[in-house]
Amino acid sequence: MRAVAAQTRLELVLTLRRGESLLVTLVIPLGILVFFAKVDAVQVSDGLAIDFLVPGVLSLAVMSSAMVSLGIATGFERRYGVLKRLGSTPLGRSGLLAAKTANVLVLLAIQLTLIVAVAVALGWEPSGGLVPAAALLLIGTVAFAGIGMLMAGTLRAEANLAAANGLFLLLLFLGGMAYPLDRLPAGLEAIARLLPAAALAECVRGVLEPAGQLPGGELVVLLCWAVGLPILAARKFRWDEA
Amino acid sequence: MPDSHRSELAVATRGLRKRYGDRTAVAGLTLEIQAGEVFGLLGPNGAGKTTTVEILEGYRTADAGEVRVLGLDPMTDGAALRPRIGVMLQDGGLHPGVRPLEMLRLFAAFYDDPRDPEELLDLVSLRDSARTLVRRLSGGQAQRLSLALALVGRPELVFLDEPTAGMDPRARAATWQLVRGLRDAGVTVLLTTHHMDEAEQLCDRLAIIDRGRIVALGTPVEVTRAGADGTVRFTAVPGVDVVALAAALDLPAAAVSEERPGHYALAGPATPELLADLTAWLRDKGISLTELRTARATLEEVFLRLTEEGDS
Repeated sequence: MRAVAAQTRLELVLTLRRGESLLVTLVIPLGILVFFAKVDAVQVSDGLAIDFLVPGVLSLAVMSSAMVSLGIATGFERRYGVLKRLGSTPLGRSGLLAAKTANVLVLLAIQLTLIVAVAVALGWEPSGGLVPAAALLLIGTVAFAGIGMLMAGTLRAEANLAAANGLFLLLLFLGGMAYPLDRLPAGLEAIARLLPAAALAECVRGVLEPAGQLPGGELVVLLCWAVGLPILAARKFRWDEA
Repeated sequence: MPDSHRSELAVATRGLRKRYGDRTAVAGLTLEIQAGEVFGLLGPNGAGKTTTVEILEGYRTADAGEVRVLGLDPMTDGAALRPRIGVMLQDGGLHPGVRPLEMLRLFAAFYDDPRDPEELLDLVSLRDSARTLVRRLSGGQAQRLSLALALVGRPELVFLDEPTAGMDPRARAATWQLVRGLRDAGVTVLLTTHHMDEAEQLCDRLAIIDRGRIVALGTPVEVTRAGADGTVRFTAVPGVDVVALAAALDLPAAAVSEERPGHYALAGPATPELLADLTAWLRDKGISLTELRTARATLEEVFLRLTEEGDS
């Protein structure tokens, strides 16, 4: 327990020390929230733009910490032999995974607190199921952590860096996060709906929007990613690059 | 072998085998390391040293054979074994964004009765770099930090994989001193090295391995004595006329050879007369002798002879 706590503390310090990780986990989600709320670039057919935006930005935050920040850091730790070295200490691999999980959850708590505070300042009135929304965000965290760890444990560190950032951008565009999915061409929209980003955003929107309801299809898609990817990551993950 | 004897062994393997694809890395290695000894594993690159050590550390599973480390199976008893061993990897395992003192304090939190991180910094002379990011440390400093990290948990058994690679002579001497200190404290040390002088200086016993097999085993003196062949060896400037020298000494031409530039071997009983004739001939030619040895080969010569077939 003491070992996991110490490792968690160091992981957090390292996360906060990396400027690029703060950019992707805090600056980009908050920037998108403020920009699209103020600029009114998105016409939402029914309801307020902020009600549409908040679930999307919450989902984006999950993707940034669980997939991008965790994945890139883990990929480089694998390259440096840090994962290997920690594996022969009493912390062990399971302790290391526990510390990384705790790190993501703390980071997520910081993100959600800031996003909700900024959203309220922008006129968002929380309504609907906050507890179901939190549960969905946790499921999303598992799915995206699975993707991040799969890439981190199989690709070379530089390839993993590029893939995580590229996927982040792709899923931001195809995630229904900053604008509604139906603005996409029909074929692209169909593909987007099978990806975890859109599934998570639509589910969270379903429980948070005043008149919304949880979409069954999207929930199934999200659950598939949340079960399948961690299993795949656990099977394919290699602890050192050699 | 009775169990009472087994428990005295820090490391015991029998018939250890490991293949990667169609390449055999370890080919039936049987090894016993007594508790409290400094044991050296020597061998050319690709001989199977690191694979063997990584099996003992619990990183890799052997394809066949038995492994016991401190009486435990590294694979199935890892949780019980890890608090009792210290590991220094060949390539660091250090996070470039961390500072040495942070790293030592982190590791100290992993063990029940850790050594004081500050005291360890002094031990490896990193006090002045305690708060320097690892990425700004020199190669030798990073090696010393790795070494300190291997010692945080007061291990009974320490694995040092090429501990002095990249160190300057001063750091190297300090590291040797540290290893001797570990032995004095009763710690078992398994080290791999490319430096024959290091092995001769530090190891109570050593094994030379080649292509996954032990080709020599014993104390440094035993291993070098086994390689002794009555040859006289001397070093001087390269290019001495060995044919003329052989003729002057009444030896067949093939009896004198330049094994490496400036290193000469003279096959013949090392009689006082032969040595006198040799030095007289060299004096007459104005060649100064930089080294002259009889009978005993160096560990390096034994090593090269035993492992040379692998290169052909």
